[in-house]
Amino acid sequence: MNALTGTAALTRLALRRDRITLPAWILGLATFTAGTTALWADQYRNMADLIQETQLAAANPGIRMLGLASGASVGAYAMIRNFVTLAVLAALMSTFAVLRHTRQSEETGRAELIGAAVVGRHAGLTAALIVAVGANAVLAATLGLAMIVAGQPAAGSLAAGAAVAAVGVAFAGVAAVTTQLTSSSRTASGLAAAVLGVSFLTAGIGNMAGHIDPSGLRVESAWPAWLLPIGWGQQMRPFGGNHWWPLGLAVALFLACTAAAALLAARRDFGQGLLPQHHGHAQASPALRSPLGLAWRLQRGPLLGWAVAMLGFGLVMGGLIGHVEDATGTARDWYIQVGGSDQILNAYRASIMQMAGMAAAIYAVQVLLHMRAEEANGPLEPILATAVSRLRWAASYAVTVSLGATALVLLFATGTGLAAGGVLGDPAEQTSRLIVASLVQLPGILVIGAAVIATVGLVPRFAGVVSWALLLASILIGPMFGPTLNLPQWAQDLSPFTHVPKAPAVAVTTWPVLALITVVAALAVAGLVSLRHRDLALPA
Amino acid sequence: MTAAISVSGLVKNFGTTRALDHLDLTVSTGEVHGFLGPNGAGKTTTIRILLGLLRRDAGQISLLGGDPWRDTVSLHRRLAYVPGEVNLWPNLTGGEVIDLLGSLRGGLDRSRRADLLERFALDPTKRCRAYSKGNRQKVALVAAFASDVELYLLDEPTSGLDPLMETVFQDVVLQRRAAGRTVLLSSHILSEVEALCDRVTIVRAGRAAESGTFQQLRHLTRTSVVVETSRPIDGLRELPGVHDVSSDGPRTRFSVDQSALNLVLARLVTLNVRTLVSSPPTLEELFLRHYGEDGKSTATQRGDADLAGVR
Repeated sequence: MNALTGTAALTRLALRRDRITLPAWILGLATFTAGTTALWADQYRNMADLIQETQLAAANPGIRMLGLASGASVGAYAMIRNFVTLAVLAALMSTFAVLRHTRQSEETGRAELIGAAVVGRHAGLTAALIVAVGANAVLAATLGLAMIVAGQPAAGSLAAGAAVAAVGVAFAGVAAVTTQLTSSSRTASGLAAAVLGVSFLTAGIGNMAGHIDPSGLRVESAWPAWLLPIGWGQQMRPFGGNHWWPLGLAVALFLACTAAAALLAARRDFGQGLLPQHHGHAQASPALRSPLGLAWRLQRGPLLGWAVAMLGFGLVMGGLIGHVEDATGTARDWYIQVGGSDQILNAYRASIMQMAGMAAAIYAVQVLLHMRAEEANGPLEPILATAVSRLRWAASYAVTVSLGATALVLLFATGTGLAAGGVLGDPAEQTSRLIVASLVQLPGILVIGAAVIATVGLVPRFAGVVSWALLLASILIGPMFGPTLNLPQWAQDLSPFTHVPKAPAVAVTTWPVLALITVVAALAVAGLVSLRHRDLALPA
Repeated sequence: MTAAISVSGLVKNFGTTRALDHLDLTVSTGEVHGFLGPNGAGKTTTIRILLGLLRRDAGQISLLGGDPWRDTVSLHRRLAYVPGEVNLWPNLTGGEVIDLLGSLRGGLDRSRRADLLERFALDPTKRCRAYSKGNRQKVALVAAFASDVELYLLDEPTSGLDPLMETVFQDVVLQRRAAGRTVLLSSHILSEVEALCDRVTIVRAGRAAESGTFQQLRHLTRTSVVVETSRPIDGLRELPGVHDVSSDGPRTRFSVDQSALNLVLARLVTLNVRTLVSSPPTLEELFLRHYGEDGKSTATQRGDADLAGVR
């Protein structure tokens, strides 16, 4: 028996377990790509508009951070807008797939059962990597096809698919290493996410520090862009040269990581990581000894991540405010429509505040669905066996999320205000007007949060699916996309975000805010009453 | 003695499945009560209803004089619970979980907490994800026993403990009983139940099959006899109350109902007994009779008939 015995069987097992997950990722990314590319193909039928937008993207350091200009074509423009998003998602798809079949299986004890069978030491890792690389190959082909379907040239489309998948393959390798380092899949995915974050930053900084070529339509990146996978994917320049050789860098990293992972795996014990386990506190701090303290302790990690992201998002959006002043054509029209004012700066402020509100709503859904996880996975049972009522437990989540969401929009407003102040002057004034606008977003966010509580109370088994669907629908039919999609007003009115006053562009009126708060109360009461009166769905 | 737990006619349905079918259970204050039954018999469901986590469909319950569904919070200040499957928060340490659960219940005794940690040899600085099943169970046990409450509800609390820790557990339970506390112990480990429990209730398919002290339960069952006589034994099979007769040379084995023992002995004496070994029924036999497939019908019938007698 060698170290790879059983790989084929484990690969089949992994494919069987992922038969929904991986196709959902791939189809989701392909649909997003085809849809956005087709939209831009339609929007930029006029070459002059496309050249102008591309020049703006090439000249604007903020946009260079997020996307690399490689020339004036719809495909190249789609790469500016989509590539980083697709690359990050492909990296996450690969990371989760590798961890699911390695560290998570060890954590849950499944791998122990399998390891006792006729299975080689490296079979589990190999099977996970085969599945992850296979998924990326399919992703490359599907994304290429999606762009061809959206009317783009075949060579560039296939290069685009391969560039995204290159990042995915590289991160399958990264995850193979991080899974050896720690004994928890959470920490392993955190380490891989940190590499992803650094990869995003180095690519962005390399592009920001690069220079524009004489045409004004293409950025030549500086050296940091060549350090890590997201940069390599961008340097494949789909629709702008279609260089295939950076793919080799991604494959080389993958192979090096795989070899390193195999070496590390041979040096560690089953179930353990190479990094030392830190001991924690022998006693609970006084702050932890209440349902609220527990909810805060469990949610502070995610909140910290969100806080950093929202502050950074605010700084970038605030920094762009100077360029918005000069915006023309479709971009200007869009801000004016979404922001509800033809005063472009205020329209811009109002529109980014709405985006921040929707981002905070995603946070709210993510955290509140932990209520369902606590119930279904078991930790809720010992809590409710103490002198804590169901309502008090639910309230601890509601309070944590309300405060967390408030902090997030305030951080975004602060970041935006400070950066805008740096561009336009008077940071204090810039910040203070945005702070009011950020607080106005809360009723909209809380409607979504209350809807999650209602699903947890009323339809616990489907709480996840229903909550995410409600959030997605509210964003899609809401003020950001509803008008572009030409939805009838009554449909747009179904989204809570439609009723959030467009501050600071438009004066805040009382009635929509009161109406939203009434909906929050009604949904929350429905959810809590149902939660109080139903059987808990505890693990068997 | 008043009843800490008094349940009668408890019914619980999950969809079309009937999990509890008119279950009766009485636990007196100050006793350790064994709650025995095969997997799926309804033990955990009963305990979850007693905790107000599930709602009953019919029946009466009095828990410490209150209604577990209506008076949940005030009752929970007076009881502690150890679940069968202990799932904790992976990033909290055992010590933090013990303090958290203790505080949520209304406080715990620091010195007893320290004593229990030492006796169960539990490292409170490890994170819950690093604990084995047995150690997670110890966390829940320490959290429960560090609180001085009137009633302890324990759902198979020792299934992951080693024999050494099992002894520690038994000591702790006996101490609690000495202090006048009430314990409901659901278990599969018969030696544990035999060592700890004043009374037991055997539950099967959602109903209480038998309930009483071991003494009482043993009266309901048969004595095993191995006998060697100088004259051949005939006609034993025809005697009422004699079962499972088998011969091995001069030796004969059979089991006999308590009520028929006198008659059978009188008959044996006439056959000139050389050796006779009689053994009382063990709890295992009692248990198997109720769980085993062959004992199925008779056990249920007998259980129903005998239940009245026990009370």
